[in-house]
Amino acid sequence: MSVLPYLVAGYLILIGSYGIIRSHHLVHAVVCLSITQSGTYVLLLTVGYQHSATAPVFGSTTRPSTDVVDPVVQAMTLTDIVVSATVTALLLALTVQINKRHGTVDPDELIALRG
Amino acid sequence: MSRTARLLLFAAGASVLAATFVAGTFGMPEFGGSEHLYRDLAVPAAVAHHTANVVSAVNFDQRAIDTFGEETILIASTLGAVTLLRPSREETVRRPPDLGHTLESTRLVGYLLLPLMLMLGADVVLHGGITPGGGFQGGVILATGLHILYVTGSYPTLDRLRPTGPFRAAEALGGAAFGIVGAAGLVGTGAFLDNFLPFGSFGQILSTGTVQVLNIVVGVEVVGSIVVLLGAFFEQEISVRKRSEASR
Amino acid sequence: MTALLVLSLVLVAVAATGVVLTERPERQAVTLSAFGLTLVLLLMMLQAPDVALSELGIGAAVVPLMVMLTIRTIHKDHHDRDGS
Repeated sequence: MSVLPYLVAGYLILIGSYGIIRSHHLVHAVVCLSITQSGTYVLLLTVGYQHSATAPVFGSTTRPSTDVVDPVVQAMTLTDIVVSATVTALLLALTVQINKRHGTVDPDELIALRG
Repeated sequence: MSRTARLLLFAAGASVLAATFVAGTFGMPEFGGSEHLYRDLAVPAAVAHHTANVVSAVNFDQRAIDTFGEETILIASTLGAVTLLRPSREETVRRPPDLGHTLESTRLVGYLLLPLMLMLGADVVLHGGITPGGGFQGGVILATGLHILYVTGSYPTLDRLRPTGPFRAAEALGGAAFGIVGAAGLVGTGAFLDNFLPFGSFGQILSTGTVQVLNIVVGVEVVGSIVVLLGAFFEQEISVRKRSEASR
Repeated sequence: MTALLVLSLVLVAVAATGVVLTERPERQAVTLSAFGLTLVLLLMMLQAPDVALSELGIGAAVVPLMVMLTIRTIHKDHHDRDGS
């Protein structure tokens, strides 16, 4: 049971990849890619967790000597979330252009690269 | 490659990945254990620099060069997306049509929420060094708060309220300002992005040195980036139309 | 491992399966938003308020909005193509 968090992270990565493989619509594939990215966030954060430790923010109630969870993985994950949203936007913009040029967004019909 | 062939190939690769991943998880340190080497180094360093929010300290003080790199990714992908969505020669940009009917209560709630969200976003950005929050989160809240006007049905108002020129300038300035603050650290103490401003007392807004300045800079940049991005998508959906044959 | 943590992990897995198995992308915008909310719950359980704030804004507002706008642009283009 104590490996459940890591298994959930691996499951998210695999189910997202499965969704990309089996998709009929490019926007569906982009959303499944976003699921895969969330799997990596879950893995990072569960590596840094400690039981009965608090959030890494100190204040009047939390003195700097209390146990906190790992802040380094949280810092990596939070910039990653914002940046991956803009990369998703780039992929969606590509999808709009593909639709204009080829008239379809079904990956099975877009097999040939035309000049 | 047919769909079944693709699925079989994926099944082969995924099963190997799943098997090695599960084998790996049994060898990892226990979930919720107390052995975290990075934390033991990062937390005392943040406290020594009087920063209450350790995550902000890691982002803008200890690993600020990584945040600089992420900012450039942000700028680059926004640039790419806006370039891809620009109206081409075969398309025109027409005036946004009069959007349909929205309930009066929706409009009232929207107009009331707009200043609240903007204030909340500014608060989250400014207090980034001492409470959970920071430039990235506050920038996203500010950008989405502005788009409440779209929910209230007044896209023309939204269009007037967010002229893309100043927001593009804000994005570029934010990116450049990060580099300038870093270069100032280089000039001051010989290390790029060094925290050279004076520290105050623990738990005050101005206590964290350059973390505060970099929070504001990143907040400005994220607002500019997301507003420009959403603006390009909105324009593409609402205003851009194919140039008709008759007017060619 | 508290029961709440196990429950939020299971919810995340179920929501992700729901997103992947939703065939039509316009419906996926809604399920993606719900997945973002379950992920925020899990992030709060893991004592990560900064990350939860970030994920809430992005996963529940910005990305579903962009997905919906892309879908509408594509449908409008297909409609124009069929109509002309």
